[in-house]
Amino acid sequence: MDTNFSPEDLAFRDQVRTFFQDEFTAELAARIGTPTSHRVAIVEWQKNLAKKGWIAPNWPVEHGGTGWSITQDYLFERERAAAGVPDVVPFGLKMVGQVIIAFGSDTQKQQFLPRIYNSDDWWCQGYSEPGAGSDLAALKTRAERHGDDYIVNGAKIWTTYAQYADWIFCLVRTDPTSKKQSGISFLLIDMKTPGITVNKIDSIDENHTLNEVVFDNVRVPVANRIGEENKGWTYAKVLLAHERTAIAEIAKSGHYLADLKAIAKEEISGGKALIEDTLIQQRFANIEIELMALEFTELRVLSSFAEGKGPGPESSLLKIKGTEVQQAIQQLRMDLAGYYSGVVTGELSNEQIGHAFGDRARREFMYGRAATIYGGSNEVQKNITAKAVLGL
Amino acid sequence: MNFNISEEQAMIKDSVARFVTDDYSFDKRNKNVAMEAGFNPANWQTFAELGWLSIPFPEALGGFGGSVVDTMVIMEEFGKGLVAEPYVATVLLFGGLLTHSGEGELQQQLIAKIIDGSLQGSFAYLERQSRFELSDVKSSAVSKGENYLLNGEKTVVFNGSAAEKIIISARTSGGQYDENGISLFIVDADTDGLSRTDYRLMDGQRVANITLNNVAVSKSQLIGELHQGFSLIQSVVAETTRAICAEAVGIMQKLTETTVEYSKAREQFGTAIGKFQALQHRMVDMFIAGEQTRSLLYRAVCSANANSDDSEKDLLALKVMVGRAGTLIGGEAIQLHGGMGMTDELDVGHYVKRLMMINTTFGDADYNQARFSKLLTR
Repeated sequence: MDTNFSPEDLAFRDQVRTFFQDEFTAELAARIGTPTSHRVAIVEWQKNLAKKGWIAPNWPVEHGGTGWSITQDYLFERERAAAGVPDVVPFGLKMVGQVIIAFGSDTQKQQFLPRIYNSDDWWCQGYSEPGAGSDLAALKTRAERHGDDYIVNGAKIWTTYAQYADWIFCLVRTDPTSKKQSGISFLLIDMKTPGITVNKIDSIDENHTLNEVVFDNVRVPVANRIGEENKGWTYAKVLLAHERTAIAEIAKSGHYLADLKAIAKEEISGGKALIEDTLIQQRFANIEIELMALEFTELRVLSSFAEGKGPGPESSLLKIKGTEVQQAIQQLRMDLAGYYSGVVTGELSNEQIGHAFGDRARREFMYGRAATIYGGSNEVQKNITAKAVLGL
Repeated sequence: MNFNISEEQAMIKDSVARFVTDDYSFDKRNKNVAMEAGFNPANWQTFAELGWLSIPFPEALGGFGGSVVDTMVIMEEFGKGLVAEPYVATVLLFGGLLTHSGEGELQQQLIAKIIDGSLQGSFAYLERQSRFELSDVKSSAVSKGENYLLNGEKTVVFNGSAAEKIIISARTSGGQYDENGISLFIVDADTDGLSRTDYRLMDGQRVANITLNNVAVSKSQLIGELHQGFSLIQSVVAETTRAICAEAVGIMQKLTETTVEYSKAREQFGTAIGKFQALQHRMVDMFIAGEQTRSLLYRAVCSANANSDDSEKDLLALKVMVGRAGTLIGGEAIQLHGGMGMTDELDVGHYVKRLMMINTTFGDADYNQARFSKLLTR
């Protein structure tokens, strides 16, 4: 039992660290952080990562994967978070890409994978529907076969970044007579197809991430179906487990907490730094202790993967605890900002308002509410854990 | 990076687990606890024969030379079986202080006796006023000719009633709260001027209050350097804290499993109560708390093994979570057992009491969280 890294692993870590330091500039970070330049800047960054060959570490080497060990994966992610580098937009690289690799035809692989790898196409995920949230298998969007096409009718909701998307991967019902999980197919749909409307959803975090995507007699070639008809749930399920572990964002939380410590040392109340306040100290301690545990829970999951075992019982708690810690950190950032957590900065600069992080605190806090909801709400995670782990 | 135990450690684990299954049913355990010493001396001989008493001692002192991981493995299994024999008091505390104080003749002799099961020991560190502060020592040791004269009182001394030899912390210089000026003396339990009042803790173990009235000890009975006993205490208490946290993790796992099994069998409203979502989520919370504690245990064990700078912080985090998660898991285990959870006949309450004692031992969650928080402002 140890957590030692080999000299080769440490050399790898240093290489990654240097790359992020050199390539992820403050100027780029600022453009990514600004809503109007977000899409262009993040694509620029992802193309740079693709050039380096590090954009899709987990893909098979033949499709551009790195062939890294689990330890290297872990070190890469840790360095990424420490450098404040955002994760890649997951929908193409981490979601549909994985499904195409696992279940797609050769033609589909040739058509889609290189463009996903190079961030030429922006993908979004069409799973949830107005009537199918945590109970995803209740989805109703209908795809009827007409010759070589499907005609798709229905609506998808909470679709992140649909306004940017070139493509959407969708779960649709192809057999309305069969129940729930069976009768669902997995379709890849070009967002430029006539009949698709994207409606913006105004959200409490003031950013435009959420949308409704409406399908009105949208014609989709059967060739764009993944695998067999009515087997789509099987293909989608693979992603759900992955989504859960990715959502935990443990390294990022560590980075943010260190950030907040620095803030609490600088923010003054009654002539004393906030960090001197014992209640504030307890807030930090509570979060940090959970996070320290979570870091090792993640390592335990990774090492069981490295041994070729599936995720152990500890993996189901990553999503639940990971998102709880994220929200505790977001709440703490709000509280450290005091009045300024409520100030809507808008077009003004932080200098004009007189505060550096209040606006960010509120946006992160509000957006962060979603983390315990998406990817299967935490309550659904507990249902899954009760069944799959405790055998209840 | 790996979180597996070695083959040798797996053998130790299996051997303790087998003992618990075969020879340590809850009934037998209660009979052991009811014995005069608070444990079964025959079991202690079995531990000696199986080599468990030699595990943490270095080879130079005749021990097995086991690592932090070996101790963790044993203690976790002890926890699952709620083993009452005084491994903590005699082997880890008493034996640990001897180990850290040198490799002289005294150490050789006494550790050999611990290993063959013929010596029960104890460490008397607590006083009425000291709460969780290990350096709050009023008992005094005053030099007089060739001897020291010990005066004062030690309280809640683990294994204090069965111990034949006791290591006592006493002040040889400095003020009541000073870390400097504490010295350790090894004393025979039947020495003139030493008297004991025995009683039990809620987890069944027998302890003692020890009164020292001009107890004369020779200078050869000094353990470690004069005035410098505190750093010795700190090292041994840190090691023992890790060990009882491993015990706690074993108990947490056992309590969660027991509760889940009960909820599958117990029917109300025409169905197993484990089918109710309100109860399922509470059991998932127990499971998560136990796994998070296990992660911190591994973290603390890895950093101690690697002699890392983080080992102090990791241990504090672990002890805090053992207290907090223990409170949650213990409370839920009783609640989900309903009326049965209230009965003394069921093992649940006994496991919970041991968890509660572990929380208090060497500082509870609040105390250690305050220490953890001090590291923040550094």
